[in-house]
Amino acid sequence: MTEKKLIVRVTDVTKDFDLGKIVVEVLKGIDLEIETGKYVSIMGPSGSGKSTLFNMIGGLDKPTEGKVFIDEVDIAQLDAYELAWLRCRKIGYIFQTFNLIPVMTALENVTLPMTFAGTPNEAAIQRGMELLKQVGLEGRHSHKPAELSGGQQQRVAVARALANSPAIILADEPTGNLDLKTGEEIISLLKEMSDEQGVTVISATHDYKMLNVSDQVIWIRDGRVDKIQERDELEINTGGMSS
Amino acid sequence: MSQLVVLPWKQSFIMSYKSIRARFFRSLITTLTLVLAVSFLAFSQISLDIADEMLASGDPDLHRSLLQSGYDITPGDTSLASSPKQRWIVTLSLLVCVVGIINAQLMSVTERFREIGTMKCLGALDRFIVRIFVLEAAIQGLAGSVSGAVLGALTAFLGALLRFGTGIIPIFPWQTIFLSSALAIATGIGLSLLGVLYPAIMAARMQPVEAMRVEQ
Repeated sequence: MTEKKLIVRVTDVTKDFDLGKIVVEVLKGIDLEIETGKYVSIMGPSGSGKSTLFNMIGGLDKPTEGKVFIDEVDIAQLDAYELAWLRCRKIGYIFQTFNLIPVMTALENVTLPMTFAGTPNEAAIQRGMELLKQVGLEGRHSHKPAELSGGQQQRVAVARALANSPAIILADEPTGNLDLKTGEEIISLLKEMSDEQGVTVISATHDYKMLNVSDQVIWIRDGRVDKIQERDELEINTGGMSS
Repeated sequence: MSQLVVLPWKQSFIMSYKSIRARFFRSLITTLTLVLAVSFLAFSQISLDIADEMLASGDPDLHRSLLQSGYDITPGDTSLASSPKQRWIVTLSLLVCVVGIINAQLMSVTERFREIGTMKCLGALDRFIVRIFVLEAAIQGLAGSVSGAVLGALTAFLGALLRFGTGIIPIFPWQTIFLSSALAIATGIGLSLLGVLYPAIMAARMQPVEAMRVEQ
């Protein structure tokens, strides 16, 4: 990191949810800057607005007030078409519940984003196979999600997220549905991808295993940024994983 | 933003086809509604075609058998019209069929909320989602309508043979029968597409974040 380049900038974002009788303020003014190539964890108790903030960064939801910039583009200004393009090309999503398409094989799941991006079929298949190999699923390309374990499904999801070489990988509780060991494997896989390919990984989590690999930890509390810790400020040693 | 987001037709077709195969039993039931409605439509139309031809042949024996089997003919009639009651029953059966298809497709959309949301997160446009659902309905519509028309035509033939004997084979109006079948097939496909329209639009309008919120 010789020069600091921002990939995500969040300025004074608030988000209200109108529940009819009452309006719930979930985010109460968040300012954030995330640098390219970092591994960032967003930590916070459930209900802190972590997921909401996360959806904003991913362009899945629009803020009530304030602006979210991805690569210096204000996502509120984008139309549906451009948003789809952004999701397709710039952002790779990883979900807690894996969210693979059940009727497609592992390979087809990985090639789907490439199909949307207009990659020719042969090239997509070739890249899909390479990605599956990278995440350690060589030879499992013709399996359906139901025939894979949770950890393997999440690996497919990681490969799918990387398909279009995105600038950002957004992982919402990627280890939430996995056991300790498999969770650690996924975390180190994400870290590896972040180091090797320079992709920015932003993950919302309350898994303390994540802290060990994070370059930066953003603590969210009650709809505000509580504190931002850089890697060297982290004191918590959770053990179990050496990095 | 030079590159566009695309989904080639071939890929959409493959996806629809896979989706049908994966939920084959459900698709079969949806299609069966269509088969029954279309075969009923084809049956009543073709039976009428045959009776019409018998009347037009001017053969007194055939006229007698027509009268015996319950057709109202007054001397001087040149063609038989379907009775209003018959038309109503056919219309009602088609209406019931559309409602059934809408119901089945809505269920299919609900079942696939997460899948649709995921696809949108991966960059799918609204119209990709609509296209996949419409293609699915078109495939189901084609399969259901063709088998329905064949079933209806066969039943009409057999019914005519049983009632009027083999003597009517030479006067079978093949061309009219073919036209009636084609019309029934077109109606069936039309109904299938009509039934999927609202569910598909509902699916496409869904925000990806809502899809993610659905607990399973």
